[in-house]
Amino acid sequence: MATVTRKRETGKTLLEPARKETVKTYEPPRLAVPVTPERDHIEGPVNATLTLVQYGDYQCPYCGAAYGEVKKVQKELGSKLCFAFRNFPLTNMHEFAMSAAETAEAAAAQGKFWEMHDFLYEHQDTLGDDSKALGYAKKLGLDAQRFEREIAQHIHQKRIKEDFNGGVRSGVNGTPTFYVNGFRHDGEAVSKALLKALSTRW
Amino acid sequence: MQLNKRRRLRELKGRHTVANRPRRRQFKTRKVIKIEGSVLAAGKKAPNFSLNSTPDQKVSLNDFRGQPVILAFYPADWSPVCTDQLSLYAEVMPEFKKFNAELLAISVDNIWSHLAFAKDRKLNFPVLADFEPKGVVSRKYGAYEEKIGESARALFVIDATGVVRWSHLSPDGVNPGADGILSALENLNKARATEQS
Repeated sequence: MATVTRKRETGKTLLEPARKETVKTYEPPRLAVPVTPERDHIEGPVNATLTLVQYGDYQCPYCGAAYGEVKKVQKELGSKLCFAFRNFPLTNMHEFAMSAAETAEAAAAQGKFWEMHDFLYEHQDTLGDDSKALGYAKKLGLDAQRFEREIAQHIHQKRIKEDFNGGVRSGVNGTPTFYVNGFRHDGEAVSKALLKALSTRW
Repeated sequence: MQLNKRRRLRELKGRHTVANRPRRRQFKTRKVIKIEGSVLAAGKKAPNFSLNSTPDQKVSLNDFRGQPVILAFYPADWSPVCTDQLSLYAEVMPEFKKFNAELLAISVDNIWSHLAFAKDRKLNFPVLADFEPKGVVSRKYGAYEEKIGESARALFVIDATGVVRWSHLSPDGVNPGADGILSALENLNKARATEQS
């Protein structure tokens, strides 16, 4: 039997630019601060093959919309996904963004970050009213005095600013900004686009 | 290997099931986005300009000789998101100030639109109108989209002597963020430190 050598059909290959002097290829910025379990708020296994990092602002309506989309992505991928949330409060535009971030971090200090994070996004319209978050903190069984004190003394503001600066260095260009497997996601903040980006290895 | 594969396929002929169908190796490749056109490159002298920042005041690039200047060309005011490029720069301004850098934002919108936009987004830097003649300054920097009639999303970092040290053209629809600007400003500092030593 004669063997016929056929060229294997490969996927699309990188094309040489026609006019090298004017056509450049674009690569989105990389996450400057890697995800670490000591510092980051993580859902899912730390060593999962896929990582999704979100820089978010609790008062931003687009982050509110993205909250549901991330839940869909997590439901779809389950333990294949490591999701981390970092603060990026746009304090110029959103007056309650910083205090909401501090509220979530104060809950984190007592081990209930994700519960408070979810609560804040599910009740974005109550962000100006501290009593709502405090009430929920009590419901979660947190030490309310410690919780209130840490917020009033801005104990966690330094961490939030570190998140913010790390985000700026990573090329965060607004909220929400997602990093899919370490690269900024420039597509839409919807589950379909995120899932597609996560499954395309860079 | 090819022979066995063909034999196997012949055996399966007529009995193709989803599980048995022959598979082609999937090569996952990197998605390539190309940026057409080019902006004024590093090493070139930044063309001076004089544009309105208010209806009766103009701002010139030469006014800022002696300090680094960031030029941010952008398509239009009032993009419908709460997290546009200029709002981000307003948030990041304290970082830019650490380098004693001045930021000038430029688009072809008229000055009244700029004033309302700057007030709404609480922008803490001049927003200049490259309005009449339309796009002249943007063109000088290679940052004008002729087909659309708007400035491209282009960034420049100009050093204290008026030379472009870093430039970046962002693809359509991509907000470039501030990381490139900050890296360029750091490099300026490093270059100055090595010159002085």
